[in-house]
Amino acid sequence: MAKKTTSSSIAYVRTEPAPLLPPPASQTGLLGWLHKNILASMTDFSSPVAAVKSLLMAFFTVLIGYVGVTQIISLVDFAFISAVWSDPEGLKREACWTVDQGGSLPSGWHGACWPFVKAKFKFLMYGPYDMDQLWRVNVTGIIGLVALAWLLIEPLPLRRYVGIFLLTVYPVLSIILLYGRLDPSSTTLSVITLGGILPPTPTTLMGIVVVGLGLMTLARLGSRGMLSRTIEDHARQIEMSGWVVIAYALIFALFTDGYNLERIDTNDWGGLMITLVVAITGIVASLPLGILLALGRRSTMPAARIICTVFIEFWRGVPLITVLFMASVMLPLFLPEGVNFDNLLRALVGVMLFSAAYMAEVVRGGLQAIDKGQFEGSSAVGLTYWQSMRLVILPQALTHVIPGIVNTFIGLFKDTTLVSIIGLFDLLGAGQSALADAAWASPVQSHSMYLFIAAIFFVFCFGMSRYSIYMENKLSRSRRH
Amino acid sequence: MSKDEQSGVDRSRMQVSDEIVVSMNSVNKWFGHFHVLRDINLEVQKGERIVVCGPSGSGKSTLIRCLNRLEEHQQGDIHVHGIELNRDLKNIEEIRREVGMVFQHFNLFPHLTIMENCTLAPIWVRKMPKKEAEEIAMTYLERVKIPEQAYKYPGQLSGGQQQRVAIARALCMQPQLMLFDEPTSALDPEMIKEVLDTMVSLAEDGMTMICVTHEMGFARKVANRVIFMDEGQIIEQNEPEEFFNNPKSDRTQLFLSQILNH
Amino acid sequence: MNSDKSLVLKYLYDTRTRSIIFQVLLILSLIFGFWWIVDNTAANLSAQNKSVGFSFLSQTAGFAISDTLGTWLLNYEVGTSTYLDVYFIGIANTFLVAFLGIIFATILGFTFGIMRLSQNFILRGFSTIYIELTRNIPLLVQLFFWYFAVLRSLPNARGKVDIIPDVIGINIVGLYLPSAIPQDGFSLTMTAFAIAVVITFFMNRWAKKRQQETGQIFPAFWVGLGLLIGLPLVVFLVSGSPLVIEYPEFKETGPILKRGFQKGVGMVLVPEMLAVWLSLSLYTAAFIAEIVRAGIMAVNKGQTEASLALGLKPNPILRLVIIPQAMRVIIPPLTSQYLNLTKNSSLAIAIAYPELVSVFAGTALNQVGKEIEMIFMMMSVYLTFSILTSIFMNWFNARVKLVER
Repeated sequence: MAKKTTSSSIAYVRTEPAPLLPPPASQTGLLGWLHKNILASMTDFSSPVAAVKSLLMAFFTVLIGYVGVTQIISLVDFAFISAVWSDPEGLKREACWTVDQGGSLPSGWHGACWPFVKAKFKFLMYGPYDMDQLWRVNVTGIIGLVALAWLLIEPLPLRRYVGIFLLTVYPVLSIILLYGRLDPSSTTLSVITLGGILPPTPTTLMGIVVVGLGLMTLARLGSRGMLSRTIEDHARQIEMSGWVVIAYALIFALFTDGYNLERIDTNDWGGLMITLVVAITGIVASLPLGILLALGRRSTMPAARIICTVFIEFWRGVPLITVLFMASVMLPLFLPEGVNFDNLLRALVGVMLFSAAYMAEVVRGGLQAIDKGQFEGSSAVGLTYWQSMRLVILPQALTHVIPGIVNTFIGLFKDTTLVSIIGLFDLLGAGQSALADAAWASPVQSHSMYLFIAAIFFVFCFGMSRYSIYMENKLSRSRRH
Repeated sequence: MSKDEQSGVDRSRMQVSDEIVVSMNSVNKWFGHFHVLRDINLEVQKGERIVVCGPSGSGKSTLIRCLNRLEEHQQGDIHVHGIELNRDLKNIEEIRREVGMVFQHFNLFPHLTIMENCTLAPIWVRKMPKKEAEEIAMTYLERVKIPEQAYKYPGQLSGGQQQRVAIARALCMQPQLMLFDEPTSALDPEMIKEVLDTMVSLAEDGMTMICVTHEMGFARKVANRVIFMDEGQIIEQNEPEEFFNNPKSDRTQLFLSQILNH
Repeated sequence: MNSDKSLVLKYLYDTRTRSIIFQVLLILSLIFGFWWIVDNTAANLSAQNKSVGFSFLSQTAGFAISDTLGTWLLNYEVGTSTYLDVYFIGIANTFLVAFLGIIFATILGFTFGIMRLSQNFILRGFSTIYIELTRNIPLLVQLFFWYFAVLRSLPNARGKVDIIPDVIGINIVGLYLPSAIPQDGFSLTMTAFAIAVVITFFMNRWAKKRQQETGQIFPAFWVGLGLLIGLPLVVFLVSGSPLVIEYPEFKETGPILKRGFQKGVGMVLVPEMLAVWLSLSLYTAAFIAEIVRAGIMAVNKGQTEASLALGLKPNPILRLVIIPQAMRVIIPPLTSQYLNLTKNSSLAIAIAYPELVSVFAGTALNQVGKEIEMIFMMMSVYLTFSILTSIFMNWFNARVKLVER
């Protein structure tokens, strides 16, 4: 240990600032990055153990780097470089054969057969849906996409109304567009038409909608004091009745005759369309049920709590495939004789119940994350249970769980592939059906098709998971106050 | 009454010897492109009680974290107890055995009892038998005045108690030098005193310590040198009386006016 | 009059009465709902001339099941084995593929999770790409890919691809591995292994005690490992290597139908099982990797800093500070993933690997037609797994809960 030679005083004042220098070259830039990210773990030779570790790291890095790079290169080669892109002569499968098999491609060729996928593209997207009526699917899809984008992009106005539209009008609209008018039984018909007073035509429908909207406008203006006192006093009831009329209009719309839209049975639906219908309906329908179940599970009433817990744990404990089997095979048995559920609807019911259980757990997590003070505060100002739920608790809980909901949706989206096992033609089912076409049989047929399907799923799921991460970051930033 | 009798501090064992414990020469450090430590030159003798203060972002925590290699300096050299602080793992480990550190957020091990927290390092680093380690731990827990908590878990203690355990845990390795990184900044006001009192009694026992803190009362009581840092440089240093009453640099004056007058 | 009315109203608005009334209504509507469903079902069943009962379980099953662990365990024979046997075969095969899948997925998952945290860019990038790819493509697509696109494009029964020449080979019929047939005297080696286990156990206890008393650390891990491997190995060699390894035999010449891997020589894993095992493992490993990464990242950086400041070396820090805290966070979602893997094995029905759903809801259901009973039997198996897992998780969480005020 050194000893101090002088006994100068401690006092010191810096007279000139120390120079502000750039960091040494080995620390930054490419060299620095290389060092930190690769070499650092491989160059520690301070002790025999560390040296062995460094050598192993170097070995693994080279091995995995090699494997990774070769796989990526072979994938790119298969999908893009060596792939066959067009079939001008209409040779179909021979376009993807090598000379050994009778085609024109060089021996040892291995690449994707994209003309095959192109030929089957419509089938993959729409299934056996009537070719002339594809515009109906496209219109439904475009409206849905626009509405969803409107809902998600922050600064746009009227998002609340778009949300309501998506949850109420849009489902009815899609049913009418995709399927056509529903066939009512005689009892249903007499109820809908109020005993025959209102004929089920588009004009009547318009009339009902106008009445409903009129009532709501009346209520709005009334509550702002622009009309008579009596109207203002009863504005809430008028608005309620407006909602009732609109709901009636929606149901009426399902049975209205005269759209000139041909009925297209769900057995003729298929491909990506079915995947989206099942996934989206599943999630949207399961959300209200899931919220109720979550509230029930947290309830202080033992009956509600036990029933909800058993329900949730039951659906979460069995594989989706057994649920789908149960739905497709047992549901017809559970309903009164004569009530015929079509195949798609049975699968939707199964998916909805299954997904509601997972949704319930996600919402429950969100409710648990809410500070107890919120419950106490809202009851302190006199809100009832349902009011505080609706106005204070659930809005906060649901924003907390949006990432969880998106993740459940991603899972559901992937799970829709299971409907192909019970006979519904989803994207995967359509792909498999396309593979059975002997006119396109070639050694690369299945590789090309599965690659394409995998790519579609990947794009959807990866995109949604990125969105979920984005939402999570945004929410945690805003919560950090 | 003398000033010492007023403040109640026993200065009989606070001797500064000639032995140099820490020497930093032209130390420079960067975080990426940000030059966080600029030309640091510092010599610490055995028995010194140094307080480092300065605005946030001035590099004070980084400075002491370089001393036990929690941060790595890129230029210049650092010697602790004559051992050079470089890439050599053996040196680093030897230095860490002789230097104890107390953190702003305590960093106690939540899954171990207080006793286990304190005996972990002596058992696994100094290879002490369990009984001996527990006896030493008990002595230090009594020093910090919480022997009755020995078999509780950190989650059951208050902030002030946890920090005192952290001090005892560092002392169990019987270091020659103690580093304190804003030890009271995360505590509720009523618990600050108990921790500062512990640190004062440590100083009274002659421990060499470097403290990064905003507690100027503590500096006045116990420090023999106050260092002011700003923008990664040591701007001024002096004995506490001179430093607080007669700051020489503008920046020191500005800083002191901000923290002493509210 | 008025006081009576207000008394009734008072009861009506009392929260306790309301809650009781609500619960009674809930239970009543549930009972009514159940009764309605049962009534409909009975009507529908009688209209189809079906009955409810489990007697079909003693009927003989008339279909073949491919050779798997289940058939081997229960000595399945077409025409003599019953549907109950089929049920148990399904359960056994589910267990097999789930067990193998869990092991493989855990190893892969932990590896990739730790790789993802590495400073090394190549390791980190590779694991990220792997995780994102496998997580975002549906399991069924991956299963089909492995089964149809990979395993089916292997050479047919007359050809092969050598993985290790003369030892491991693969073609469309399956993966051929050597099988080990213990001879007389092999039991000595097994006993040696058991003895090694017991010695290791007591050695660990002694080493711990010694450390507590003297502070010296004994390399118990390495010695134990050496013992567990070394002792049985020495006994094995000394007793004359009583193990016959049957390598798969491949005939390249001779009559066409006799060419290829010889049946009964060596061990064969059918491609259905391989595809299910591979895809389940790779898929679940991606989720496990993320769980492991999150668990390790959940441990506060300050814990590592405090340990380093105390002079602890990286290995003890991992062992004593980081891993115990990370495991608390990792184990609950990890057991969930294990449960998911077991449930996902039901996808095997798509490629006819004879696990529970495939063999019971697929083939057997078509033959017997007793949907309600069979689906109920299947679901109870999975529900039992679920409940057991839940109980375990609750026990684990209660046990490792950090003690706080």
